[in-house]
Amino acid sequence: MTDHEPDGTQDRGAAIAVVPTATDLPGHQIVLGADEPLRLASGQMLGPFTVAYQTYGQLNEDKSNAILVCHALTGDQYVAETHPITGKDGWWGRVVGPGLTIDTDRYFVICINVLGGCMGTAGPKDINPATGAPFGLDFPVITITDMVAAQKLVIEGLGIRKLFAVIGGSMGAMQTLEWASRYPEMVYCAIPIAGAARHSAQNIAFHEVGRQAIMADPNWCAGAYYGQNVDPERGLAVARMAAHITYLSDSALHRKFGRNLQDRVEITFGFDADFQIESYLRHQGRSFVERFDANSYLYITRAMDYFDLAAEHEGSLPAAFEASPVRFCLISFTSDWLFPTSESRQIVHALNAVAAAVSFVEIETDSGHDAFLLEEPEFFRILSGFLHGAADQRAQDQAKSAA
Amino acid sequence: MNRQETTRAARIRVDQQLIADMVTPGSRLLDVGCGDGVLLDLLVRERQVDGRGIELSQEGVNTCVSRGLAVVQGDAETDLQNYPDDAFDFALLSQTLPAIFDVKGVLRELLRIGRCAVVSFPNFGYWRVRTDLLFRGRSPMSENLPNAWYESPNIRFFTLTDFMDLLAELGLNAEQIITIDRRGRARSREDIGHWTNLLTEQAIFLIGRN
Repeated sequence: MTDHEPDGTQDRGAAIAVVPTATDLPGHQIVLGADEPLRLASGQMLGPFTVAYQTYGQLNEDKSNAILVCHALTGDQYVAETHPITGKDGWWGRVVGPGLTIDTDRYFVICINVLGGCMGTAGPKDINPATGAPFGLDFPVITITDMVAAQKLVIEGLGIRKLFAVIGGSMGAMQTLEWASRYPEMVYCAIPIAGAARHSAQNIAFHEVGRQAIMADPNWCAGAYYGQNVDPERGLAVARMAAHITYLSDSALHRKFGRNLQDRVEITFGFDADFQIESYLRHQGRSFVERFDANSYLYITRAMDYFDLAAEHEGSLPAAFEASPVRFCLISFTSDWLFPTSESRQIVHALNAVAAAVSFVEIETDSGHDAFLLEEPEFFRILSGFLHGAADQRAQDQAKSAA
Repeated sequence: MNRQETTRAARIRVDQQLIADMVTPGSRLLDVGCGDGVLLDLLVRERQVDGRGIELSQEGVNTCVSRGLAVVQGDAETDLQNYPDDAFDFALLSQTLPAIFDVKGVLRELLRIGRCAVVSFPNFGYWRVRTDLLFRGRSPMSENLPNAWYESPNIRFFTLTDFMDLLAELGLNAEQIITIDRRGRARSREDIGHWTNLLTEQAIFLIGRN
């Protein structure tokens, strides 16, 4: 795409190279932007840089069975296998796998660690060859557009001309929308789940609270904590705790925890974790810092904040999907107050305005935003039905164009 | 909209097959109030239409999407305005008109976004409906009108003749009228006389812009 070609004012020597920190993580890595750096939305040039990804299933002969799964803010490429650091199940292990909703016996599933991430793709903890030290805050600010531009290079590198589907929840939905809008010729169907075409003021506000928590941690050292034997763990844990509340719902919290006390029969008149919910959040915070880089959290939350698909098209969301051949299926959850149904509905209205092929369902659940990661049979049924329908439709389209 | 479930399940109904026959194969079509998607599915499979649907009930939408249909949850009264002019060759309103509040507005919208509209509805001028009221003194219930008055989604009770008058008032042109009697026998009509109004259980109109 022309958007990512270097323009005359940028000279190639100015490109930011990223040396990956050595990893023995499972999966694949590819070096991109070596011949031609990637032009970022900020105007900076990036390259060469490394992108890590994982795949499941087999790519068929005509490379037509690829599904790109886009991960959320704190997700990574380990969709359907034991996580190499936490030892927990893959984040979408109940959806992606042999015989499951996204059937890896049938589809070749790809998930790419986003730009700015910390699981093998170029991010702030990698080495800046200009200084020989980790980038920290010298890493360029990246956007959802940049993440998707890098993903496109990976997909092209795999020789895939058209993805059967792009699917993602939350920030993954943003990437899915960006894919469908920017590279419609490469996407047969797009499934943005619990997403939005732009990050709302409330969501930016929550992200800012998280970032300030990290920055207020003295161990953050203005982002240069690498190799200092310190980590802004407390700040990152607080950021995670605050964010985690936004992924749930009042009724789910009440159902799970209520005002139950943690390992005690009465309140202690102190500030220990008396309540189960406190203990639960502390645990969420603690376990998160083991696998996530605080600076990556800053960069990726920023990328979400900057996302505004309409703004990329002079304020018109329909213009982002003009004449789109992509078949869309939007899914939202009733109790999701972070990415409420109204956000999905706004996208549906924009898609209707250009008469795009769109399905839209709202799933009844009290699990909040995180519902897309949980056991939701109705959600799985719809996802599976849409994918089957789209596969049939594609076969019909192909038969029509062959005739 | 809330198309009557019992009626739907009972048959790939005569009226649905007749609608399918009216629709040009391979055309672009919007089914407004597509219910659980039986008709839309028929149109996509047998007439190869590029079909979309809009449905008020979430249950209906979920069923449609899980059968692979492009259906959104929405309200015919408010959401048709999102679609651009001439977006579809056919805008379909099957058995939903009696549940519409702004009848004129929805008909105008159908003919703005569709080059033509296909509208089907039960006829309240049908003799059995009339005798229910006249002799039994009760609101009519039938296969076509399966719900009791207090739970029926229908808020508009109109006859074939009423509908003809409305088309005339709106300056709309009925390009084709098919009436269906109690035994499912369909007849194409040029005009609607008293007897036709009396003997027709339901009707399908293909309406063009004038």
